[in-house]
Amino acid sequence: MTFAVEVLAVHKVFNSGRSNQVDALTDIDLQVAPGEFVSLIGPSGCGKSTLLRLIADLLEPTAGSLLVNGKAPRQARLDQDYGMAFQQAGLFEWRSVAKNIELPLELKGWDKDKRRGRAMEMLELVKLPNRADAMPWQLSGGQQQRIAIARALAAHPPLLLMDEPFGALDEMTREHMQAELLRICAATQTTVVFVTHSIPEAVYLSDRVVVMSPGPGRITEIVQVGLGRARDEGTREAVGFYEKITEVREALRGGNLGGLTNREVAGIEDR
Amino acid sequence: MKSRGREVVKRRSVRPFIFGVLALGLLLAVWESYRNWIGPWLGTERDVGKVLGFKLLPRANDLAMPSVFDMAREFGRPQVRGSSTNVFEAVAQATFNSLQLAIGALLIGTFVGVGAAILMSRFKVVQRGLMPYLVISQTIPLIALAPLTVTWGGQLSLFGFQWQKWTSALVLGAFLSFFPIAVGALRGFNSPPPAALELMDSYAASWWSTWRKLRLPAAIPYLTPAMRLAGSAAVFGVVVSEISVGLTDGVGYLILAYMQEGTSRPAKVFTAVAGTVVLGLAMAAVINAADRYFTRHRPPEEFA
Repeated sequence: MTFAVEVLAVHKVFNSGRSNQVDALTDIDLQVAPGEFVSLIGPSGCGKSTLLRLIADLLEPTAGSLLVNGKAPRQARLDQDYGMAFQQAGLFEWRSVAKNIELPLELKGWDKDKRRGRAMEMLELVKLPNRADAMPWQLSGGQQQRIAIARALAAHPPLLLMDEPFGALDEMTREHMQAELLRICAATQTTVVFVTHSIPEAVYLSDRVVVMSPGPGRITEIVQVGLGRARDEGTREAVGFYEKITEVREALRGGNLGGLTNREVAGIEDR
Repeated sequence: MKSRGREVVKRRSVRPFIFGVLALGLLLAVWESYRNWIGPWLGTERDVGKVLGFKLLPRANDLAMPSVFDMAREFGRPQVRGSSTNVFEAVAQATFNSLQLAIGALLIGTFVGVGAAILMSRFKVVQRGLMPYLVISQTIPLIALAPLTVTWGGQLSLFGFQWQKWTSALVLGAFLSFFPIAVGALRGFNSPPPAALELMDSYAASWWSTWRKLRLPAAIPYLTPAMRLAGSAAVFGVVVSEISVGLTDGVGYLILAYMQEGTSRPAKVFTAVAGTVVLGLAMAAVINAADRYFTRHRPPEEFA
C-alpha cells in the first residue's frame, strides 16, 4: 500500500552550527494511510507546524526523507497533490468568494467555465451556495474559514494539510466547523494531517492523535482514538471520548520527561 | 447594498467640492479686503507695515496685489495688443499642453518606478544596490538638470526621432515622479503576509504568477498615495522644466512671459497662475478616478 504521507527518520535543524541553533525535529517516523485523519498536537516549539511544512515541501528536512503519495514532496507540491489551510483564512480581499476558490485552479491553467463550475460545487459542499459574488469582508470568520477549506479542496487533492485552521474561531463556531470538516472529508475521501492546540478537537476529529513534545521536537506517543468514523454531537458526550482526552493529556505530560513543568505545556487547551 | 454604497460615494464626493469652493471664495475675499481696506489702513493711517525698518506687510497697490476682478477681466482681453486669441484661450491651451506632458510624465514615471520596484522586490541585491542611488537622484536640483538634458538629448538620434524641448520636460517630470512610485510599489509588493506567500508556494506558483495574483493586487492600496505624490511631482517637474528649457507652449513658461508685463498688465500673470492651479487639480482628478476604479471592490475603511 502506498501511504498518503510517509516520514522516515526526519531531522530538522534551524540555524545549523550557529549559536541560535534549534533542533526543531529529531527522529520523526510517521505513516498516514489514505483516508486517515491524523492530528499533530503538542506545546509550542514541539515542531508540529514544522512537520506539516516539511510534508508540504515549504521546508526541506536536514536529514531523513519524506514521501507524499509515494512521491518526493517537491513532486507532490508541483503536482498539487495536497491543499493547505492556515489559522488565518487568508482570503485575497480583492477577489470575490468564487474567485478565491478558483485561485488554485487558475494556477493550474483551467479554463474559465470549468473553474466557475468547480467553485460552485465547492460552495455547495461548504454550504455557502449563495455567496459566490460576495467579497471576503462581507463574511463572518467561520464563513471565511469555510471558503479557505473550499479553496484548499478545489483541485480535489487527495491530501489536506491544516495548520490550526479553527484556532481563531469562537467555541461554538469551532465545534460546528469541526463537524463540517468531518462531513466534507468523508464526502471527498480526503486524507487530513491536522495541527492543533486543542485536545478535544484532536480527539473529536482524528483516527490517530500524534503527541509531540519540545526540546528537541519529537513524537512521544501516538494515541489510537478508535471512536469509529461516524462522529456527531453525541460523540462529544460519550464516555470513550473523555477517556481518550485523558489519555492524550497524560501522553502530553508524560512526554515532558526532560524536566519540563506543567507551565511549559501551557500552550495546550483542555477545552 | 449597491444603492447604499453609491449614496456613500456621492456624499463623499460632493461635500469636499462644496468646501473647496467655499475655501476659494474665502481666500479671494481676504485678498480683496486686504488690498482695499486692511492694507491701506495699516500702511498709511497707522504706518505699522514697517518693523525695525523692514517692510513686513505687502504694499496693497495694483502692482503688487491686483484686484481679483482685474484678474477675471484679464481672461477676456487679447493675448497681445491686436491679437485674435484672448488670454483665456491662451492659458487654457497652455494648461492643456502642460497637462498632456504631466500625464505622459506620470505614465512613464509609473512604468519606470514599478519596473524598478519589481526588480528590487525580486532581487534583494538590486534593492541594496539601487536604493541609495534612487535617493541621491532626487537631490539633484531640477533647474541644473533641465538644460543638460537638452544638450544630451540633442546628441541622441533614436530611429529618426529628434529630441525636442518638450521631451526634456517629459523626461524631467518622469524623473521626479518615478521615485515615490518606486518606493510605494516596493512596500506594496513586499506587503503580503508570510502565510499568503506560503499559500502561493504550496500551489507551486512561479515568482511571476505570485507577483501577478498576489503582490501586485496587494500593492494597490500602497500605490494610490504614491500616485498622488507622483502626480504633483510630475506637474512640478514639467512646469519648472518649461521655464528652465524655454518651452514656450506650456503654462509654466506663460507665467514667466506674463511676468515681463508686470508693470503694464500686473493682473495678467495671475491668469497663468490660475492655469497651474487647474493643472494640479486636473491631475488630482485623474488619479482619483484611477483610484476609484482600481479599489472598487476593496473593503470600505471600517472593515480594512
